[in-house]
Amino acid sequence: MSVAPPLLAVEGLTKSYGGIHAVRGVSFSLRAGEILALIGPNGAGKSTCFDMLNGQNKPDTGHVRLLGEETTGKKPREIWRLGVGRTFQITATFATMTVRENVQVALISHGKQLFNLWGSAPNVDRGEAGRLLELVGMGGYADRPCGELAYGDLKRLELAVALANDPKLLLMDEPTAGMAPRERVELMRLTAQIAREKSIGVLFTEHDMDVVFEHADRIIVLNRGALIAEGSPAEVRGNPQVQAIYLGEGLLYEAGHREGTSA
Amino acid sequence: MAFYVVQFLTGLASAASLFLVASGLSIIFGVTRIVNFAHGAFYMIGAYIAFTLTERFSGAFGFWGGVVVAALAVALIGVLVEMVLLRRIYHAPELFQLLGTFGLTLMVEDLVVLIWGPDDLVGRRAPGFKGAVDFFGQNIPSYDLFLIALGPVVLGILWLLFQRTRWGVLVRAATQDRDMVAALGVNQKWLFTSVFAVGVFLAALGGALQIPRDAVHHAMDLRIIVEVFVVVVIGGLGSIVGAFVAAVLVSELNAFGILIFPKISIILVFLVMAVVLIVRPWGLFGKPEAAARKTPGLTVNPWRPLTSNERLAALAALVIAAMLPLFAGNYALTVGSEIAIFVIFAVSLHFLMSVGGLASFGHAAYFGLGAYGVAFLAKMAGLPMIVCLLLGPLLGCMGAAVFGFFAVQLSGVYFAMLTLAFAQIVWSIAFQWVSVTGGDNGVLGVWPASWAASPSHFYWLALGVAALVTVALRVMVFSPFGYALRATRDSLLRSEAVGINAKRIQWTAFVIAGTTAGIGGALFAYLKGSVFPDNLGISLSVDALVMVLLGGVETVSGGVIGAIVYKALNIWLVSQTDLSKLVLGGFIVLIVVVFPKGIVGMLEMLAQRHRKSSPPGSSLLAKPIESAE
Repeated sequence: MSVAPPLLAVEGLTKSYGGIHAVRGVSFSLRAGEILALIGPNGAGKSTCFDMLNGQNKPDTGHVRLLGEETTGKKPREIWRLGVGRTFQITATFATMTVRENVQVALISHGKQLFNLWGSAPNVDRGEAGRLLELVGMGGYADRPCGELAYGDLKRLELAVALANDPKLLLMDEPTAGMAPRERVELMRLTAQIAREKSIGVLFTEHDMDVVFEHADRIIVLNRGALIAEGSPAEVRGNPQVQAIYLGEGLLYEAGHREGTSA
Repeated sequence: MAFYVVQFLTGLASAASLFLVASGLSIIFGVTRIVNFAHGAFYMIGAYIAFTLTERFSGAFGFWGGVVVAALAVALIGVLVEMVLLRRIYHAPELFQLLGTFGLTLMVEDLVVLIWGPDDLVGRRAPGFKGAVDFFGQNIPSYDLFLIALGPVVLGILWLLFQRTRWGVLVRAATQDRDMVAALGVNQKWLFTSVFAVGVFLAALGGALQIPRDAVHHAMDLRIIVEVFVVVVIGGLGSIVGAFVAAVLVSELNAFGILIFPKISIILVFLVMAVVLIVRPWGLFGKPEAAARKTPGLTVNPWRPLTSNERLAALAALVIAAMLPLFAGNYALTVGSEIAIFVIFAVSLHFLMSVGGLASFGHAAYFGLGAYGVAFLAKMAGLPMIVCLLLGPLLGCMGAAVFGFFAVQLSGVYFAMLTLAFAQIVWSIAFQWVSVTGGDNGVLGVWPASWAASPSHFYWLALGVAALVTVALRVMVFSPFGYALRATRDSLLRSEAVGINAKRIQWTAFVIAGTTAGIGGALFAYLKGSVFPDNLGISLSVDALVMVLLGGVETVSGGVIGAIVYKALNIWLVSQTDLSKLVLGGFIVLIVVVFPKGIVGMLEMLAQRHRKSSPPGSSLLAKPIESAE
């Protein structure tokens, strides 16, 4: 009996800048409907790793596969077409357009209407855009100019945009950065709920450990470019190496030397 | 051999002045992000004032003192301009400052004629450098040798200024991130003012030092400004060393181009610029531009299609315009046709600039190509007018397809400069390929068919096409394609992340804009009955930019109003006064200061304020900054 390929399979991802090994042989996988957190201290290689998954950056070696299909070296827009939605650490939205129009652009792209010169865009997928905005609790903001939104609302708008192509996988780079504590919890609860309902796999990086331990099904830990721990929140919390990284610089140094590159 | 060496040295001597002016422009842009179109005007005033001073005061001290005092005096004028004009518009939409400095340039062109007269002025030779040095039978003016030495000396002084002084450190820091510098407690106002003063000083010095080599005249500003833009872009914006290397490169290309490729000598410099920009989009010594921080509080009204009332109003305006032949004479109708054609031209650029965020500095190329397309079809193939009008713009379309492909790979100022280079290349071809284009003599006798020959018929034709084009482009703004184009303008990162191929969208927009401009050009050829290289020249490209900015770049159809106001005012002023440029320039500067969002932008703002004032509860929407946290 053949086993279906995992939603996301990452194998031996490596990236160096000059003499600096930003990411060293990272492998992991992600199932549909699973929420996976990628954590690690500053400079651990999270962002580099993330950018190699979303097409912003090319790995030196290694593979990224989405449902068995190779995505390594593909452009961000090609990866999006395969069903990967993204949110950014610093929100990227269309500032001069309204909230609804922001979602409509994504829907227009999904419906391959980008080169339709004659249709009436305000009416394209208007209902669907409204539904997505309702889903993230932004229904009342649809006609607001995006440039006027508070930061937390921008993050929710990004989530709605990321959901526009009915994604199989969501890549969220520090989804709650810059938000107030209560907003953080709300956004992650919402994300988790949507992911479970629609069976979307979610990979997110995060600095806030409360968010990570509360919402992640599984956690992988990077340090100095290498994957040093993987497991359930409880397992990772109990891992002495992870504790060393997060609790003491001296211990971190020791641990990094003693254990070598991979756990 | 000696001849070539002398030619090389002449090139180096020209480079000195070019470098001075270019480094000034580069420094100003680096810190203030202002593309200072008036830089050539400051160069020109420097030359004129230096001429007066060196004539008045004799002796070596009189000459050299005159040159330096002239440069200082112009720097003072620069400070005044910065404080009175530029300070008010640093936060205006990008490129609006370009419009302001363009207005200044227009004013200066008339002012120097008013003060110094229209004739060329030949200044005296520099004391101590009057003779020539013999080089294997060839003469080299010793003043050239002085200039050759001056270039590197100025480069060295600037280098010391930027590396060794506190001010230089601040300028370099501000070039990278001016908001951060301001956050560190540096008085940004005075930093900008001083930077502007230094830049203007360098420009004026460059002009003053030209006196012994060249006659002073009232068109020298435009000649240098284009060359300086080229130098700064090839060298890399903000790089002094780059400006030096590029100044030498450009001057040598000019010096040898005329010897080796006399047929394409004018093209050569722009060809090199185009190649440099395609291969190294940030210039030889430049760095990729960091993404500018969005200024908070600059929210734009979301665009919406016209309401049915507004549609009726627009239709009524069109009907009134169509009734012009009932009470206007032939002259007024010809003027009306010209304005209608410029509406077409302006809305085509407006589409590219406002919706696509791509400010083309060479949009006249496609207008002119459309005109030449018609001229070729009508004169060589002898096709009827209606066929020519339909096929002529295709030349503009093809030009836009080829050049646009390369241009959209860049953005911002570099996009502007590459489009400028392409336009200059097309202009040079029209100018120098005499056997086909007639060169400077143009193509004559492109007359409309009898059905369109009368002024009223032609006016209706032009008006009808203008209305059609405006409506079509408006429809496109609110089409899915229009949304995608706005998306690429607002955030490249996000558009790529939702599957939009930004370059292809922008390329399509470029071709649409170019073809539309070509339609305007095609009509223009029939209106004038002739086509000249000027129909794709720089000044026409600048006209288009001014019309768009005047109307309001943040509006959907501001270009229409901008074109009507600018063109009507222009034609009227030329008939009323000898100082039309002074008045027009003053008007533009006034508009820039009083209505930084353009005419239509201002009207929209007023209308919005009116709407807002009625329900008090809606104040939440009006204060973007407060709602941000």
